[in-house]
Amino acid sequence: MTSSQLLSISTFVFGLAAFLYLAALIFKKPRLTQPARWTVMAAVVVTTGGLLFRWVESYQMGIGHAPLSNLYESLVFFAWTSSLVYLFMEFKYKKPLIGAFVTPIAFLAMAYASLSPNISDRIQPLVPALKSNWLIAHVATCFFGYSAFAISFGISIMYLMKALKPDSAHGIISHIPKLDILDELTHQMVLFGFLLLTAGIITGAVWANSAWGSYWSWDPKETWSLITWFIYATLLHARLMRGWQGNQIAYLSIVGFAAVMFTYFGVNLLPGLHSYGKV
Amino acid sequence: MKNANPMWKFFCSVKLTIVLLLSLAFTSILGTFIPQNENPDAYIHAFGPFLYQFLSVLGVFDMYHSWWFQGLLMLLAINIIVCSIDRLKGSWKLIFNRNPNVRPERFTRRSDARTLTDKRNIEELIAAYQPIIAKQYPNCEVTRSDLSATIYGEKGRLSRLGVYIVHLSVILLLAGGLVGSFFGFEGFVNIPEGEAIDTIRLRNSGRIHRLDFQIRCDNFSMTVYETGTPKEYRSSLSIVEGEKVVKQKEIIVNDPLHYRGINIFQSSYGKLPPEQMQPKNMPQTGPQESYTLNFTSRESGLSYSANAPVGKPITIPEGLGKFVVMAYEADATFRGMDVGSALTGILTPSKGEAVEILLPLKFANFDKMRGGDIFITVASRQQEKFSPQSPDKERYYTGLQVTRDPGVWLVYTGFILMISGCFVTFYISHRQVCIVIDQLKKNCKVTFAGTANRNKLAMKNTVEKIFSTIKNS
Ligand code: HEM
Repeated sequence: MTSSQLLSISTFVFGLAAFLYLAALIFKKPRLTQPARWTVMAAVVVTTGGLLFRWVESYQMGIGHAPLSNLYESLVFFAWTSSLVYLFMEFKYKKPLIGAFVTPIAFLAMAYASLSPNISDRIQPLVPALKSNWLIAHVATCFFGYSAFAISFGISIMYLMKALKPDSAHGIISHIPKLDILDELTHQMVLFGFLLLTAGIITGAVWANSAWGSYWSWDPKETWSLITWFIYATLLHARLMRGWQGNQIAYLSIVGFAAVMFTYFGVNLLPGLHSYGKV
Repeated sequence: MKNANPMWKFFCSVKLTIVLLLSLAFTSILGTFIPQNENPDAYIHAFGPFLYQFLSVLGVFDMYHSWWFQGLLMLLAINIIVCSIDRLKGSWKLIFNRNPNVRPERFTRRSDARTLTDKRNIEELIAAYQPIIAKQYPNCEVTRSDLSATIYGEKGRLSRLGVYIVHLSVILLLAGGLVGSFFGFEGFVNIPEGEAIDTIRLRNSGRIHRLDFQIRCDNFSMTVYETGTPKEYRSSLSIVEGEKVVKQKEIIVNDPLHYRGINIFQSSYGKLPPEQMQPKNMPQTGPQESYTLNFTSRESGLSYSANAPVGKPITIPEGLGKFVVMAYEADATFRGMDVGSALTGILTPSKGEAVEILLPLKFANFDKMRGGDIFITVASRQQEKFSPQSPDKERYYTGLQVTRDPGVWLVYTGFILMISGCFVTFYISHRQVCIVIDQLKKNCKVTFAGTANRNKLAMKNTVEKIFSTIKNS
């Protein structure tokens, strides 16, 4: 069994999980979330195996490094972190239907990684700039942060749907958890994401300082992570003011996630140091 | 804030914070789409001369250092400071009061207060309830009055400081950045192998900056993977002060050299164009009457310096024989290869045959390759490593980033405070619970309530749990 085989399998398992959650929502069969949860767990296990195998394989090739060094690996890692964070949330808050808005994101990341012709799944050697122990700390914190933001994005979409007909007793919407719960969950995810994004920016800055002597150089990826951070800081403060609740917070969290996406993908269209996410 | 002046009020507001944070976010976007600090020609080409003038007056081409962007950061700093002072005035007492005066009404009047009645008397109830509260809230106090008692517990009071720590950390980061930009520098320099420099070019202004020491690049090497992508850039550097080498290190990307507050990083490299293959400022010494020679014994590793007049044999220490300088050659060759100016001499070891040897002036370690018991170098100002490959061997220069930033410790302190402050603020809350026992005619009325300054959902569950324990005790 090689890492690529494992990761292709996990793509399908993620697909199945997303399908089950969506089916539970659309066909109003909450019982389906039970097998869906087990499927996500299976996907996490298989992906963990895939990532570990890939790590070992890179050592066998003599270019050993953690599987966090190119777009393919980062997408797989993103699917892995977001399903972990999701599972933790489901375990803690017991609102399984939220999975219908989260697992598809993880599946899309996996599918994009495996199917896009532009993304190479070969294990590549590290360029000199990435050879540092900070790589793991930096990428892990950033991606756990991104995952929390992705989940808060999913919940915000649910919030806006629910807000259309909050008291409806029929249809899909009636199965979505109540508004105040969604609002609270969005907030919890934003807090977690903010903490980890902060940690991600800081580890990146410390790394940059130890690698090329300046902790901040306004390179586009850095700047975009700061923009994202400003947006979520706005959200945190906006919640403190009366009148900024619910919809506005949901919109801000969607804008914040758009900034996350641009930090991740869009920045490669701009010039800069983090060639890292390039296809 | 009640009697404060309008300026103070303006800077206290969280609305201003939101405006500032969003403005910073939106303006920052601009700088990622317009490349910063490029050559003016590139901008003129892209925008035309008129628009170029206009945008450059606005500082758009170096916008993160422009007056208006720095101004926004300054406003944010004032906003944070004013707001924190204002709020801290209010919460200081709450946070640092040693003997909080518990007002039971604060709890009994809550809409989510729970009540029950119990037949036991007050003292029995206190004995039953106090351990329940004390177990979770070590800071637990019982107060008694005539016909009632309160059991009050709290924890996490200091967590209210978390948010001030976060805000303080933002100030530290800004201060650290300021210190760095006033008292630090960031420059770069390209040093050809074998040469030493003591000046660098500053990145922002393009000005020349002189260091107190010289950086010498003794060697540069690059390795590649089989695929041809670079694997490692490595420069052997020496720090030279006066004539002495005070520090030596091989640096690679991610492993810089630090010397006296200045950091030297591997940042780029390149090949020298052919006309620069020979160092430009070669010593134009020409023939001299005598030369200073260094003799290094292979066995002991010791070096000896001696003045050798041309044509006069001198004795080498450690009984290693005699050496005589024969002649100076301006364009010597060694096995068909041009080595520049050189001395020829004859070495007569104490045992064995005399050998004629060549000492190129600019290659200090040339004679080492002969592999004798002793190797000889001519002391001269400009020396470099001799590489025995082909004459048209490529010569590299190493590209170094040279920085000094006395503000880093402020920034790092800010980092630590920000992470810990955020963690405390987000995940630790100030929780208070209170049981009020009132003696009625036949039994006691027990009221229980709890509050938390954040994460109220979780607190609700806790209150629920404690209440059910109370009920069953
Ligand atoms: C980049 C700048 C800033 C950052 C990173 C920041 C960060 C934070 C964080 C993480 C919180 C906690 C949020 C929560 O409880 O959910 C917070 C709360 C707060 N911030 Fe800021 N802040 C910044 C600027 C400001 C400024 C300029 C003000 C000035 C008015 C301000 C006023 C407040 C207030 C009043 C609170 C609520 C404190 C409380 O709950 O007692 N912040 N800030």
